[in-house]
Amino acid sequence: MSLKLVREPINKHLQKVPLGIIHVIPERCKECGFCIDLCPKDVLTVGEERNIKGYRWPKIADGKATECIACKMCEWICPEFAIFVVEVDRREHV
Amino acid sequence: MSQKQILKEKIVEESPRDDLIRRERFPHIWCPGCGLGTVLKCYVEAIAASNIPIDKHVIVSGIGCTGRIAGYVRLDSYHVTHGRPIAFAEGMKIVRPDLEVTVISGDGDLVTIGGNHFIHAVRRNVDINVFLVNNFIYGMTGNQMGSTTPLGAKSSTSPYGCPEFPFNLPLLAAALGAPFVARWTTLHVRQLADAMKRALQVKGFAFIEIISPCPVGFGSYNDLREGRDFIKLFLENCIVDHSADLNKVGITLRPGEPIILGNFVDREVPTYHELELEVFRKAGWLK
Ligand SMILES: Cc1ncc(C[n+]2csc(CCOP(=O)(O)OP(=O)(O)O)c2C)c(N)n1
Ligand code: SF4
Ligand SMILES: [Mg+2]
Repeated sequence: MSLKLVREPINKHLQKVPLGIIHVIPERCKECGFCIDLCPKDVLTVGEERNIKGYRWPKIADGKATECIACKMCEWICPEFAIFVVEVDRREHV
Repeated sequence: MSQKQILKEKIVEESPRDDLIRRERFPHIWCPGCGLGTVLKCYVEAIAASNIPIDKHVIVSGIGCTGRIAGYVRLDSYHVTHGRPIAFAEGMKIVRPDLEVTVISGDGDLVTIGGNHFIHAVRRNVDINVFLVNNFIYGMTGNQMGSTTPLGAKSSTSPYGCPEFPFNLPLLAAALGAPFVARWTTLHVRQLADAMKRALQVKGFAFIEIISPCPVGFGSYNDLREGRDFIKLFLENCIVDHSADLNKVGITLRPGEPIILGNFVDREVPTYHELELEVFRKAGWLK
């Protein structure tokens, strides 16, 4: 049920793909799962640690560290203002 | 620092949007999976993008889960009696036309108990923005059916299904002459924030119906027990059609029947303020 990209541009090799660094505020998370379900690149998964209310905040899934494209869907959909993405230059990190 | 360390999620304590929310009151009272936090997010983003100074924005809410929104925005916010935020906002806008007055409140508040205020404010075309959060139910008081509960939907007061037809709100607002009418869900975050931004610019009564998950209230009676069940429903059933025939956009929530979204109406209509000034001029009270 994630929003998969269906179209592939012909000049794909020329395009710069942004990289996003994911920031989480654990104490605000209520584990609704919106960020995990709606990430088009399936970057996020349920974390292991629990916050003071017992909710497990999201973490980056194994092998997905450089997959975030900074679309900010997680940041927009999060009802708790508990996750946000900072866009950086991919070439400097990967 | 190795690359791996840099590319982990970073644990922080505040978000860049904490400037427009009352962060000391977070986490807010809304249930896990409720859409109200996303409505708040879209509203503060629309304010940030509006080019209207922050101290000119005011927000008015009534009573209910949605009614708590005003208390989470770092603005002059008014939390008024049940069903009366539109009446309050009209008065404020008429006395202080320089303010950008926005009402965010629930379906029960604005069109069930407060339905008459809604009708007459649209008819007068008072220059306010009304963002109505439709969760199909009176949430906060225990999930009673109201004027937006779809025919056949269950609630605490309609355990065998609601026997009434619900309001078709975009049709109602458009029929009363509203200059701006839109409907989005909390899944359509960017479209919703853009519609809010447009509503802040529109002269006259700008109305947005926001369909929002209520997993703990409405959902628990209708097999939508988690917020993600509502998101799935929106993903599978929503159709965007800006020029939809508004007679046909009533919500049924029956399988196979779409929820139609869009910016349906955007037109110029003289506002109450303009017409009032004309009267004042005729009466000789203004030059
Ligand atoms: C005059 C008055 N009548 C009834 C109530 C009880 N009451 C509080 S919240 C509420 C329901 C609000 O429903 P809605 O506006 O849809 O908000 P939601 O909780 O669903 O977001 C009611 C009936 C009240 N507070 N005041
Ligand atoms: S009862 Fe429904 S509307 Fe109220 S906070 Fe819970 S999920 Fe949200
Ligand atoms: Mg409601």
